[in-house]
Amino acid sequence: MPVDLDYLAPSDVEDAVALRASRPSAAFLLGGTDLLPQMRSGRRSPETLIDLKRIAELHEIRENADGGLSIGAAVPLADVETHPLVLARYPLLAECAKTVGAWPLRQRATLAGNVCNASPAADTAVALLALDAVVNVASTTGRLAMAISELFLGPGQTALMPGDLVTDVVLPGSAAGVRGSYQRLSRRKGMDLATVGVLVGKRDGARPSWRVALAAVAPTPLRVRAAEELLEAKGAAAAREAAELAVAACRPITDQRGSAEYRREMVGVLVRRGVESLG
Amino acid sequence: MKKTITLEVNGVAETAEVEVGQTLLRFLRDGLDLTGTKEGCNEGECGSCMVLLDGRPVNSCLVLAVEADGRTVTTVEGLSKEGVLHPLQKAFLSQAAVQCGFCTPGMVVSAAALLRENPTPTEDDVRKALAGNLCRCTGYKQIVDAVRDAAAAMRSAAEAGSDAGKAAEREEVPA
Repeated sequence: MPVDLDYLAPSDVEDAVALRASRPSAAFLLGGTDLLPQMRSGRRSPETLIDLKRIAELHEIRENADGGLSIGAAVPLADVETHPLVLARYPLLAECAKTVGAWPLRQRATLAGNVCNASPAADTAVALLALDAVVNVASTTGRLAMAISELFLGPGQTALMPGDLVTDVVLPGSAAGVRGSYQRLSRRKGMDLATVGVLVGKRDGARPSWRVALAAVAPTPLRVRAAEELLEAKGAAAAREAAELAVAACRPITDQRGSAEYRREMVGVLVRRGVESLG
Repeated sequence: MKKTITLEVNGVAETAEVEVGQTLLRFLRDGLDLTGTKEGCNEGECGSCMVLLDGRPVNSCLVLAVEADGRTVTTVEGLSKEGVLHPLQKAFLSQAAVQCGFCTPGMVVSAAALLRENPTPTEDDVRKALAGNLCRCTGYKQIVDAVRDAAAAMRSAAEAGSDAGKAAEREEVPA
């Protein structure tokens, strides 16, 4: 860590954004579970840390008029996965959150941080993609909303501009009630990143809607709309075809966690099982 | 750059000047001489630096000391009261859940956090709560058994009421 590192803990969003704008080499700090190891290894070297955890607004989980939820950027994942409204309306988000790191890590790690870190293996990103989440962003030019589907550009790369502050993640009421599974393969059950993550969800109704999203098998977390449309047209009987579409959509690499071939194969198996379990 | 912080550690108010880059882990060990909290991986993987921050289990290598300003910290040293070991510490001893001992303080602190939330944990609950604590000696079975023994001892102490509970704490924790 640099000896001249500075630390600021503003108490509102506007101050945080203004401080960040006045210090080009500053970084926003939430749980620190990614940022601090990145700083220690030299991958990032901010001169100022702007801690966002003293901003009361960012600690709220709010119910919205459309029946959706806004989850503040500083809410730790441990609170997301146990929140009664998250469990009732967005159980798949809770499922995905529970697989991140381990329980103590999730006391610090946040949803917004998991999103902004933009790991292809980000477990919560899969749920947020499948649930049509939106991130609210504050910057010196004002506030705007960005669909999560437009956020991820590549490993560690997002469409956010330097200085953009994600204030909260919004789950729309229209995605409440999506149920299903997040199947995740990893070398050990705790702490390890996903080798493959497969979310399959379904929202019952006169015309059921399906969700298929994948982690750790492409440069970004991936939603497979072609598979969803097929399932919406043909139902769970099309599990095998949907699995093939997911396999075709993924672009895995070979690394220490698994080979590209293994990952592709597992996407097929897990999507099929996920669909069949909802059939 | 240095900042002044004030925090409560194991019930004692502390004020200190710390480097911004200093972790809570280094502050506890080097600043306060609380060396029960261990430095293992220093990147949040091993759990040997576990402490309670406002009652929540956290990897103190991933918390800067400045972030703990105004907060309450409990380390493994804060679990025993007036020389009497915490039921978890007694159970770790009676189950021989210690091999080299390096991971033990972190295990005990994570387990203490679990038992605060869940006094009746299943084996699966214990394993999930300890998933962030690595034992290089791999003695996990005794550790999981010790946590469940401690939970049982704490429940019966609570049921027996405060006076009888104190007596029960002096007895051997049943295996």
